[in-house]
Amino acid sequence: MIWLDTLVQGLLLGGLYALFAAGLSLVFGIMRLVNLAHGDLIVLAAFVVLVVVEATGLNPFLSALIAAPALFAFGWALQWFVFNRVLGKDILPPLLVTFGLSIALQNGMLEVFSADSQRIRVGALESASVDLGLVTVGIMPLLTFASAVAVIFTLNQIFYRTALGRAFRATSDDPVTASLMGINPRSVFAVATGLAMVIVTIAALYLGMRSNFDPSIGPARLIFAFEAVIIGALARFGAR
Amino acid sequence: MLETHSLTASYGQFKALFGIDITVAPGECVAIIGANGAGKTTLLRSISGVLRNAPGMVVHKGTPIGTLPADAVVQRGIAMVPEGRKLFPSLSVEENLLIGGQVRRGDARWTLETVYALFPILKERRLSPATALSGGQQQMVAIGRALMSNPELLLCDEISLGLAPVVIRDIYAALPRIRETGAAVVIVEQDITRALAVADRVYCLMEGRVTLTGPTASTTRDAVHAAYFGDAA
Repeated sequence: MIWLDTLVQGLLLGGLYALFAAGLSLVFGIMRLVNLAHGDLIVLAAFVVLVVVEATGLNPFLSALIAAPALFAFGWALQWFVFNRVLGKDILPPLLVTFGLSIALQNGMLEVFSADSQRIRVGALESASVDLGLVTVGIMPLLTFASAVAVIFTLNQIFYRTALGRAFRATSDDPVTASLMGINPRSVFAVATGLAMVIVTIAALYLGMRSNFDPSIGPARLIFAFEAVIIGALARFGAR
Repeated sequence: MLETHSLTASYGQFKALFGIDITVAPGECVAIIGANGAGKTTLLRSISGVLRNAPGMVVHKGTPIGTLPADAVVQRGIAMVPEGRKLFPSLSVEENLLIGGQVRRGDARWTLETVYALFPILKERRLSPATALSGGQQQMVAIGRALMSNPELLLCDEISLGLAPVVIRDIYAALPRIRETGAAVVIVEQDITRALAVADRVYCLMEGRVTLTGPTASTTRDAVHAAYFGDAA
């Protein structure tokens, strides 16, 4: 039953790629910003989680919970002070800025964390598995997949059930008219990027627990995210 | 309540307004008429904050608001029904109304219930995507959406544009009930007869300048004709 095993493992790995993609899709859907630094932000978040684990000795899941608000604030500030300045009719400036940010992040992380491969350790959970009869699946891949489903479900609830989601969709449709409704599009964008960084933190947690990472692997994660958004046609959040 | 002082506005090299002075008193209904390109929409966009001006060019209750962004202007109680309705296609009718109510000021004169009472058809269509409605119904949503912020001043930009006469009559029938709440209304309108019939005062714009102003009761058709087309016409 090797083909079934391959299929199941592949499907579960897809959960990780969906997590990579969800943040990218959220930002692109709301403000048409293609964030070329998305992969590097995932790696940055993995380092942040690692630092919290090493500083507090807490398990990685709790550490991610601590890192998430900090990374939300980082995403908010990144949007407010950087991306908001370049968003406009011309799509080239945001591409250039995020491309530059990608290079700056890679080199900054190299400077701070060195080129050594790192790993977020979770002890016995790393190799735990359940026997489902025909196939045996790892607990970690299952958790990853379940988290991806939970993240996408939660995003959907936010988009279609809350005032924030309404503001996201309205701003995505037409920022000028949204501002006539008392919405400040720039602050909606900042909240969206902050939220994307929370998703990035979750993706980074599973990336770091699944395999080694170092400051140079960001661009390859971006490719996975892109493929999931474009080839896989993951639902674009924002305007229908 | 609202004044503009020598308001100028331009799009790049093109100057659209050359020193407009208008005033709107509380509860008043003011019509702004003029041919295409006279600057009517630019004037409303300047007041609502979509276009930024020098601070003192727009004054609301003694405070200069010319540089305020649109989201700050609506929080002061000035709501706009934009030209072409500009409903949010990703939102249902009800969500469009709710987003207008995101800024709620003072007592809730306007709620979903009172907007539905004003335009009963919207209650039936409340779960439809906003842009699936007919033009007239969409205009009702746009007006309801602006009312949801409980404005003291409602700016209406060409609410009859592209609609059948019978539909226009229905929409204008709502105007007295809006004014009952004490809100002042500024109506930009191409239909001069209709504008003169509903408004207390009128301003006529031509090529970015005010060419006529006065109470509608004492404004003659000849005076409007001269102000609208220029004396040469």
